[in-house]
Amino acid sequence: MITFIIRRLIGTVFLLIVVSMITFAIFFLLPRLAGQNTYQLATQYVGRNPTREAILQVEQQLGLADPLYLQYGRFLRSIVLGAHYNSGTGSTYCPPPCFGYSFRSQQPVWPQMVSDLPVTISLAIGASVLWLVGGVSIGVISALRRGSFFDRFSMGVALAGVSLPIFFTGLIALELFSYKWPIFPNVTYVSFTTNPLLWARNLVLPWIVLAFLYAALYARLTRAGMLETMSEDYIRTARAKGLPERTVIVKHGLRSALTPIVTIFGMDLGLLLGGAIITEVTFSLHGLGLFTVMAIQNQDLPEILGVTMLAAFFIVIANLVVDIFYAVLDPRVRY
Amino acid sequence: MPGALLEVEDLRIHFPTQDGLVKSVDGVSFSLERGRTLGIVGESGSGKSVTSLGIMGLHQGTQAQITGHIRLDGEELVGTQPTRVRELRGDKMAMIFQDPLSSLHPYFTVGNQIIEAYRVHHPEVTKQQARQRAIDMLERVGIPQPSVRVDDYPHQFSGGMRQRVMIAMALVNDPGLLIADEPTTALDVTVQAQILDLISDLQAEFGSAVIMITHDLGVVAELSDDILVMYAGRVAEYGSAADIFARPGHPYTWGLLASMPRMDRERLTRLVPIPGTPPSLIRVPSGCPFHPRCRYGHLNGGRSETEVPELRATEETGHLVACHLTAAERTRQWALLSAGQVPDDVKEPVPQGGVEA
Repeated sequence: MITFIIRRLIGTVFLLIVVSMITFAIFFLLPRLAGQNTYQLATQYVGRNPTREAILQVEQQLGLADPLYLQYGRFLRSIVLGAHYNSGTGSTYCPPPCFGYSFRSQQPVWPQMVSDLPVTISLAIGASVLWLVGGVSIGVISALRRGSFFDRFSMGVALAGVSLPIFFTGLIALELFSYKWPIFPNVTYVSFTTNPLLWARNLVLPWIVLAFLYAALYARLTRAGMLETMSEDYIRTARAKGLPERTVIVKHGLRSALTPIVTIFGMDLGLLLGGAIITEVTFSLHGLGLFTVMAIQNQDLPEILGVTMLAAFFIVIANLVVDIFYAVLDPRVRY
Repeated sequence: MPGALLEVEDLRIHFPTQDGLVKSVDGVSFSLERGRTLGIVGESGSGKSVTSLGIMGLHQGTQAQITGHIRLDGEELVGTQPTRVRELRGDKMAMIFQDPLSSLHPYFTVGNQIIEAYRVHHPEVTKQQARQRAIDMLERVGIPQPSVRVDDYPHQFSGGMRQRVMIAMALVNDPGLLIADEPTTALDVTVQAQILDLISDLQAEFGSAVIMITHDLGVVAELSDDILVMYAGRVAEYGSAADIFARPGHPYTWGLLASMPRMDRERLTRLVPIPGTPPSLIRVPSGCPFHPRCRYGHLNGGRSETEVPELRATEETGHLVACHLTAAERTRQWALLSAGQVPDDVKEPVPQGGVEA
């Protein structure tokens, strides 16, 4: 088990390096291959309507004319150790992990992302608890009462949940519960430490809307997994031992049916932590998703690069956690 | 038969489906005493597994309609509270299955699974005692280093060892009745004999009654005191193993015997297959369910197509046969068949070349 975790950790570090290489290649190598010269490349790091002097300065500052391996080395170094930038008048220090300066705000990218992170984390964690509990329990009940009214009704709703996009359900939820009957008025983010109650109240609508989509997905997955598991031979053995039906379902059935759910859950959560873009835009929540959208609209390359790396980081870590968790759940994976 | 551990009387297990009523078991009766072994033999779909699952009460939660009587130690199981049947299950009656890998839960150690089976019927014992019991059982079924292997998972055992674990788990509560549903089918031939020996050793030690379900007459020949031959959910023949092997009375039993290679014959002339396939259990053939496949149906003038044969006694006590043929006719036909006469419809084998033995 320990060796398994160590092996996975080493693999993860390696994976992160590969991710950084690919990200670097997308931002610095691809434009070159597409025929851009360093001056044109530098234009994209200056923002809109730049002067020629500014562009030349950026080109020199970022060392875009240097060989690629030097640039990649600098890129990695600035993430790990931070970087010093000479801006003519003096040197500015960008502390690690440094993804450069946003040219919209002239601030380092990392602290901006960090300040938006709690919103995304709150949104993702809250919604994931809702959809995991809701989706899995609906799926289990549907599977056990296959063909019943509950099964058909919940699977119908689940089909709607999977099909309806968040910007649709989100707007309807806002219209109904924020304006018509203001049960959850003005959805804005209040930090948990400031006022936990207000934090929760303001996030209820986004949570429900986001969870609706995923709960529908999870209910269907759980139902299918549960139906398959309950027809396994070892379930018959468990019954033949004379175990109470509750134990058979929860300990023997659910345990197996949940294993694939855990995998998908980890991946979904990792993906969401990189920014729940549509939900955040729909509810105007200033999280990583909205940050990404604005960075793209402003063509703010350092910001885009930073958020890409961060999102990739979350997914890689989610993968690691899922792998370890899977090994805990399924002894056959450990060896 | 008073004093029998298990009495099954006119058991019927039907499943309603969209295509019609599936009569998996249709009027089966037998009884079994402590320390004895009953072999239930039949092709796939003859109802032998459905019968055993019915005894265990494992059709619960399905659409199965069960009528008749199943009495375990005098206690009626058909129509009893499911919770009561659950209490008996695993405690007074236990079952082992065909494929030991898929029958053991892959996520729990074998020790945990045995301990679970023990503690559900002995809530008063501590975890430590239950663990010791599990180790003892593993040792008893011949698992080497049981105190180490108790913490291993099913995938760390070989097929034969897994079946030993299943047996240990089934016998942990010292049940009066053990049902073995094709316990050796999924195993290597070399391991099969070991498992059968183990079952019969343990039976002698624990004094339990065993129902051995199989399609392999060789298996029941080794172990069984009595044999029940099932066809299309009904009893074709029922009697002591000695009688059935010496003087089988039903053409279906003849078919099973003649299609089985036997080591005890000096040289086998031909294996004689049973023509056709097992019937649909929704539209069971009229009259004798075996008549479309029977080579001797013409001998009783069409009765077998219209009249369901009764299970009738023969000259030997306790030997019952459901066949329209007269006793004299049956004796004559079996004598011919066992002497090596090949029925007309069986073609001569195409010479394969090579050396004839």
